[in-house]
Amino acid sequence: MKLSGAQILIESLKCEGVDIIFGYPGGQVLPIFDALYDAPVKLILTRHEQAAAHAADGYARATGKVGVCLATSGPGATNLVTGIATAYMDSIPMVAITGQVKTFLIGNDAFQEADITGITRPITKHNYLVEDIKDLARIIKEAFHIASTGRQGPVLIDFPSDIQLQETEFHYPEKVDIRGYNPTYEGHPGQIKRAAKAISESKRPILYVGGGVISSNASEEVRHLAIDNDIPVTTTLLGLGAFPQDNPLSLGMLGMHGTAYANHSIMESDLIIAVGARFDDRVTGKLDEFAPNAKVIHIDIDPASVSKSVEVDIPIVGDAKEVLKELNKSVKKPDTKEWLKKIDDWKKKHPLRHKDDDKIRPQYVLEEIWKATKGEAIIATEVGQNQMWAAQFYKFLKPRTMLSSGGLGTMGYGFPAAIGAQLGKPGAVVWDIAGDGSIQMNIQELATAVINKLPVKVAILNNGCLGMVRQWQELFYKKRYSYTMLGGVCPDFVKLAESYGALGIRVTKKDEVRRAIDKAMKTNTCVFIDFHIEQEENVFPMVPAGQAINKMIDGLA
Amino acid sequence: MKHTISALVENKFGVLARIAGLFSARGFNISSLAVGETEDPSVSRMTIVVEGDDKTLEQIKKQLNKLIDIIKVVDFKEGKFLDRELILIKVAVSAKTREAILEAVESSGARIENAGSKSISIEAAGDETKIKALLELLRPFGILEVVRTGRIAMSIDDKGLSAGGKPEVNE
Repeated sequence: MKLSGAQILIESLKCEGVDIIFGYPGGQVLPIFDALYDAPVKLILTRHEQAAAHAADGYARATGKVGVCLATSGPGATNLVTGIATAYMDSIPMVAITGQVKTFLIGNDAFQEADITGITRPITKHNYLVEDIKDLARIIKEAFHIASTGRQGPVLIDFPSDIQLQETEFHYPEKVDIRGYNPTYEGHPGQIKRAAKAISESKRPILYVGGGVISSNASEEVRHLAIDNDIPVTTTLLGLGAFPQDNPLSLGMLGMHGTAYANHSIMESDLIIAVGARFDDRVTGKLDEFAPNAKVIHIDIDPASVSKSVEVDIPIVGDAKEVLKELNKSVKKPDTKEWLKKIDDWKKKHPLRHKDDDKIRPQYVLEEIWKATKGEAIIATEVGQNQMWAAQFYKFLKPRTMLSSGGLGTMGYGFPAAIGAQLGKPGAVVWDIAGDGSIQMNIQELATAVINKLPVKVAILNNGCLGMVRQWQELFYKKRYSYTMLGGVCPDFVKLAESYGALGIRVTKKDEVRRAIDKAMKTNTCVFIDFHIEQEENVFPMVPAGQAINKMIDGLA
Repeated sequence: MKHTISALVENKFGVLARIAGLFSARGFNISSLAVGETEDPSVSRMTIVVEGDDKTLEQIKKQLNKLIDIIKVVDFKEGKFLDRELILIKVAVSAKTREAILEAVESSGARIENAGSKSISIEAAGDETKIKALLELLRPFGILEVVRTGRIAMSIDDKGLSAGGKPEVNE
């Protein structure tokens, strides 16, 4: 039977097991929207294309499935760009579909035309312009394959509207055959043996775990390696949840705003076992002084991540889960008693702490949310202080519960990502930890949350300013607060939430914090809680830019 | 240090843009780049000359390999490959210098393609050493214009880096 291009897209999505996509209509996707009208694939209509991309991203992070977003040509497509770049930097599987002007108009500066394959080339794993309807099914198959395998990432398909209307026979290919794309999954056995030996011989080993462990669903294997061998574990921002933070071997997050004990531990380790992490500059601090006495094992699916910044002694290219499974078979337990004792001393000497008085401290809010959710909620964050406080004070226990824009650092990510996560995990409790600045970058999604009856809870840590930039201005720019003050009470978040039909709660006293959280937990609709926190509250510890990561400032000392 | 990288790539639109974009986005410098079809029309070969230390080169190769449309990348090492460049040079000429230029061209194995009253156009092909020597030889006469194709290179191994597919051989 012959199908139109638009119908082929829907049928292909069904073949890929997609039942939910995020998008926004427009002129050059009318045939696709017509096909969606009575299709079993449900479209969640966001209020901005950027939010559609972030929602697809949040859906992907929470479920492990490929997130799909759809927008029209030109401005619809360019509005996706920030969301695609966010997914690219964090290696999130996503397929973005954009309408394009009719093939014969491409290159003519037609109405709502943008060269979106050109624009997204550096921020997609791969992208396609559909030129012939006969290629369509193959392209969709390849797009899902590329997005979800190897080092995952976004793939864009630009789909001209005339091809959406053309017809051809539909056969969804069973296999892909891409001669230039063959990710390595199994680690080299010799390298794994060397790694096992290095671990067995180490005295001060540390596991440094990143988002790759989440992507490859390797948390179980990380737990084995750590717990069976008494190896402490620190994670990156994206690795939070890969190892349960209630385990005594957990050191929490490392890096610029990491715990002091994680940073001291990695700096003084004699062996770093990096798994699915990429030695980002926020993690290593001053590169020349990073972990001077450590040998480095690096397990990563992307060969280009290996020895990109830190020189690696034992590289193992492969899937984290596969490699760790093999590695766990041959590691002999090293003697780490003294090492763990030393780390324990650091933990006692430099605990993660915050001011505790009668004011609303954001860290206290996070701790209370943790208690109310038993550490099992899905936590999305915006970017800035709110993000770092969430990373520090919400003790993540399970993988796929931390959704945050780590690489790109996109303000406005959290709320739509939380919406996507709630749709992917209808039974989960989903919170977005926000600031009063970043929540306003995608606040229009209140409509999406309310209309789709999504009980997403948004904790706005409202300090009336762009807190992280303000913090840098305070510490490094002589308190010249250039354009970081937002004017405190604008907007009234409670009234704003109410105008959309969400529940708005304002919290101005410490003893109201827990009550508000409990109320939000019992509410079946979207909730905004406007926590009025201290403007001067800073994120500590902090490693000043360009310093070694054991040179931390602790504002409380 | 200069390195010669040879890449087999899908012969599709946009592939050159992907590669050029990768170099600019990651701050790698291209000294020259030459593209052409191979024995397999679905595959093009790009010969890219880049400058950088070993670490940079390693990263360039890895990043190139990540591009879906790149089929294979090799880094040609000293001695194991042939490299050639075609160059066109226009040199100013006068009655006084004509004889000397003709001599220089002949001695270096280059060819005169056009001889006018005010300029002579010369074609030469060769490896980097040869091209450099020719340019040095002609510089005193006054070089008016230089056009270079950029380097192309081929492995001299029996197997080398072919686009695949067995050739038909009449024996």
